[in-house]
Amino acid sequence: MGAEFVALSLPPILIGICVAVACALPGNFLLLRRQALIGDAISHVVLPGIVVAFLLTGIVATGSMLLGAAGAAVLAVIAIEAIRRLGRIEAGAAMGVVFTAMFAGGVLLLEQSDTSNVHLDVEHALFGNLESLIWLDAVGWASLIDRQALAALPVELPRMAAALAVICLFLFLFWRPLSLATFDEDYAQGMGIATAPLGLGLVIISAIAAVAAFDAVGSIIVIAMFICPPAAARMMTNRLGHQVAWSAGFAALAAVTGYVLAGYGPLWIGANGSVSAAGMIATMSGVILAIAAVAGPYRASST
Amino acid sequence: MLADALLLQLGYNATLVTLGACLLGIAAGVAGTFLFLRKRALVSDAISHATLPGVGIAFIVMVALGGEGRSLFGLLLGAGISAAVGLLCVHWLTIRTRLGEDAAIGAVLSVFFGLGVVILTIIQTMNAGQQAGLEGFLLGSTAGMLRSDAVLLAVAAAAVLALVLILRRPLELAAFDPGYAEAAGWSLGRIDLAMMGIVLVVTVVGLKVVGLILIVALLIVPAVTARFWTDRSDRVVVIAGVVGGVSGYAGAATSAVAPALPTGPIIVLVGFAFFALSLLFSPGRGVMASVLTHWRYQRRVHMRQGLLALAQGQPIYEALTRRLMHRAGLIRPDGVATSDGQAAASKALLDETRWSIVRADQSFAAAATRYDGLTPIEDYLTQDQLTEIDHRIAAPQVVT
Repeated sequence: MGAEFVALSLPPILIGICVAVACALPGNFLLLRRQALIGDAISHVVLPGIVVAFLLTGIVATGSMLLGAAGAAVLAVIAIEAIRRLGRIEAGAAMGVVFTAMFAGGVLLLEQSDTSNVHLDVEHALFGNLESLIWLDAVGWASLIDRQALAALPVELPRMAAALAVICLFLFLFWRPLSLATFDEDYAQGMGIATAPLGLGLVIISAIAAVAAFDAVGSIIVIAMFICPPAAARMMTNRLGHQVAWSAGFAALAAVTGYVLAGYGPLWIGANGSVSAAGMIATMSGVILAIAAVAGPYRASST
Repeated sequence: MLADALLLQLGYNATLVTLGACLLGIAAGVAGTFLFLRKRALVSDAISHATLPGVGIAFIVMVALGGEGRSLFGLLLGAGISAAVGLLCVHWLTIRTRLGEDAAIGAVLSVFFGLGVVILTIIQTMNAGQQAGLEGFLLGSTAGMLRSDAVLLAVAAAAVLALVLILRRPLELAAFDPGYAEAAGWSLGRIDLAMMGIVLVVTVVGLKVVGLILIVALLIVPAVTARFWTDRSDRVVVIAGVVGGVSGYAGAATSAVAPALPTGPIIVLVGFAFFALSLLFSPGRGVMASVLTHWRYQRRVHMRQGLLALAQGQPIYEALTRRLMHRAGLIRPDGVATSDGQAAASKALLDETRWSIVRADQSFAAAATRYDGLTPIEDYLTQDQLTEIDHRIAAPQVVT
């Protein structure tokens, strides 16, 4: 602990926590609306969105990436809905058709364009590189109040914190209509709440979380964060507010334990090197879910 | 070039990949149909992502036992075992906890994949030279395909098709009417298990050609495509197999023409193209067919209402009606009826009057239910019934 911890571990841990909580919060509502697999679809279509944004703008900049990913998410949702209605196909199959086609398109675009000078390759897109987001200018805990050192923080940290703030703001502003629309859509519509735009807004917020997290943990792990902490929280309580709080706690716990085990675990058992932090975070969220599934007070199915 | 590729003239590896992809497409199309018909299409996503830890562990075990870690059969066996474990977890989570199947699928998918990624990075810290093939399982790696791989694909595809042939009655029954299947004594749980097992074999076999992320496409898209062409569950299976095989063949051939591009995505996009064409142009369930049916219906309604308006001396304001009637030679551009139009109009009015008499009369209750404002009454009543009704139509009265 000490100087190297602040430089090498603190930023990734904080980024990991922000990613996990930012995904877990909207994930609660996706789970309750039985739209958990929209999170799966969003994570798969973030890649083509970012690739198209990169091809159109020529640079890897946050703003264009966010727009590209949000656009891809909206396009995917519209396409899924269109296929469901026009073809009278069930939702899961419609999702499968759309996101696999978009993901394949994204991979093709990625492979045939010149992205060798930016860190946009498929493996990176899939499992990110959390361990590399280090703060070289830090010299210890004192750097936290040193302006010059803070200016050299890895850019993903303020970006992720901002995304988390936006998500918290959205949930704070729309808590009541969103909860109503989630639990009783017809009643919410009768109350005059615009449920369709609200649902679309939730999807867009999830896409924002997914793309902000993309750089740090890649796209596939994001699904774990969308689903596992909220699912574990679901089995701890029947109250929405408590569930959201539990999910944030579980998400942060998964992030911290995952990162620590990935970075320090091999050292503890005498091996060298480290393992994928993103993968370990997903695994830990799964472990938490497993524990909740066998021991959570509200785990029992209703039938 | 493309013609050469389609005729398998581009060399040994290209031919192997093309034939292998074709076989995979057939097997996946057939297996995925039952999954789709049972409305559990995305379970295949969980199965495919759950193969990754098994591949990694199999590699570690084979290397620990002194081998090279490259035996495709060993890797696929590991993949199959971990996919089976993943499937059991989905099943357990769905049945034993309050989570829905979608949450269970997503949880298993992501956690097993994350674990697989961890194992891959563990392997990377081991002797790095040997693991170079494992990441190919994510998106497929057909570049170094061996004849033994193609033979494995062929055997697996044949096994899948044989199993489906043997089990086709219970599978189709469970897909088409699960309630009846249960009542008839079949165990839905066992049939679902068999179905998932077949999907698992296809998934594991497809890891090499299209990789685990895109095998879902091969399982779902041909089945959805086939659904547009028929309403019979046995035909959907066959068409899905054909579509899957053609997508695999054409996609692999196309990617042989552009060797730098990965095969898997091209196969998926070819399949999606077939899907899009079917969505738009299939007769019956396609979009064009619905649009045409709508236009035809609209035309009938407008013509009918226009003729009734003519017969009752009312002016026709609707532009579409006037256009349709003019094209049919029933009306002049200024809105005055032609002689054909007058005949058709009085016929329509007679028909409408007869219908209103029928609908007001209890003894014609059965025929009255068939009234839709468009069908002529001669389709439902006999001539002597019509004569009887005509007697009841008031004769023109003299105005005094």
